[in-house]
Amino acid sequence: MKTSYQLMMLAGITAVLSASCTTVKEYQKNRLNDGEMTLGNRKVEKTELSFESYREGASGANGAKSGGGCGCN
Amino acid sequence: MKKLNLAILAMFAGILFANAQAPADTSTYKNRKLQLEEVNIVSSYYHQDGDHAAVTGGIGTQNLTDLSNSIQVTLSKYDTHDRKHTWNVELGIDHYTSASSDKIDPKTISSASSADTRFYPSVSWEMENKQGTTFGAGVSFSHEFDYQSVGANLLFAQKTHNKMGEFSLKLQTYQDNLKLIYPIELRTDANAGYGEHEDYATAGRKTYSGGVSWSQIVNTRFQLMFLMDVIYQSGYLGLPFHRVYFNDNSVHVEKLPDSRLKIPLGVRANYFLGDRVVLRGYYRYYHDNWNITAHTASLETSVKLSPFYSLTPFYRYNHQVGTKYFAAYQAHTSADEYYTSNYDLSGFDSHFFGAGIRMIPPHGVFGIQHFNMLELRYGHYNQSNGLQANIISLNLKFK
Repeated sequence: MKTSYQLMMLAGITAVLSASCTTVKEYQKNRLNDGEMTLGNRKVEKTELSFESYREGASGANGAKSGGGCGCN
Repeated sequence: MKKLNLAILAMFAGILFANAQAPADTSTYKNRKLQLEEVNIVSSYYHQDGDHAAVTGGIGTQNLTDLSNSIQVTLSKYDTHDRKHTWNVELGIDHYTSASSDKIDPKTISSASSADTRFYPSVSWEMENKQGTTFGAGVSFSHEFDYQSVGANLLFAQKTHNKMGEFSLKLQTYQDNLKLIYPIELRTDANAGYGEHEDYATAGRKTYSGGVSWSQIVNTRFQLMFLMDVIYQSGYLGLPFHRVYFNDNSVHVEKLPDSRLKIPLGVRANYFLGDRVVLRGYYRYYHDNWNITAHTASLETSVKLSPFYSLTPFYRYNHQVGTKYFAAYQAHTSADEYYTSNYDLSGFDSHFFGAGIRMIPPHGVFGIQHFNMLELRYGHYNQSNGLQANIISLNLKFK
């Protein structure tokens, strides 16, 4: 019940944001193309993502490894 | 399950080859020689300590040090159909020492990883055509004394016609094999390992994951990404040297179910505030069938001190509801079907904060032309159960 409520909220937020999207031309993407705006992990975060997945029960949905390797210690 | 996986792989390969023959466009000149795009060297030093080691049944030191180094080489080339091919070749080596692992067999140095080196090479390939379609594939390998892992992945991504959005699908598998090294007092003639090379019995662990994401440009300053993974694991999912002490003081090896289904949902949001500040937000909801539920949120603020230097303070919060199979030292009973005293699977809150500095001077770092970027980052991590960790990482980029 709680999960479906959260999914509905996510779908609602997505719908609102999609509706508010404006077309951005290539020459208008100078800010979006900035290195800091990358929608992904920085390479420097590599070991942080590893230890978080080992020290916590949750993993995935962050572009990091979701299995393989031990990480047992 | 195996048939289904093969069918999915075959279907994906079919799509890949059907789309591989895009019409040639020779209207613009592209250098078609294989080029070195960049080389990234990432090094990290990680140290943790706490009082809840799983090897000693949820009590005892968690002192651990890990020194991690990796080098990633990115090469690219345009083919005669004007498609960009990118190859990533990576080699990683971690060396770690762990006080708790030394307690597997305190009398010898044959424990799984009181000190061990992990070696992990990987290779991946991606091809993007002018229609904004990307195909990719990769393989990886990881080796340490008691654990081997072989991984493979396939990628498909498609940009929208106006290049404002992109859908991606990634299928991954890891086929792992671990040596069954039991705590010294639980070894029998059958499971002790023998011979010069300590031929321990082994067990398998398989991971299959499918991940989809949608990234969307909202306006000239704001972009979003939604991510969802479905991860299924089967096989030996506990570790043979994790002790569990029952309330009658008897000692056992951790026992966990032989399958696990994880579903994480994530969203990233990056916003360029003014001319100097970039806000990078992330939230993840996670649930699995071991009843672990977690909420993770993080915010990194990148402050541009100049066009070439950035300061990046960050904070990450994680709230985890633990698995139903967890209980502390001497809290499990013989009536429990599954049991673990591994605090990684318990309920806790964690905080991770720190800052990084990133420099991309126009004439190269320290005036060295090909030394393109240097990023240094420090973070402090703590869990409400007492675990404390510090990490410092360095990324050097050459291009």
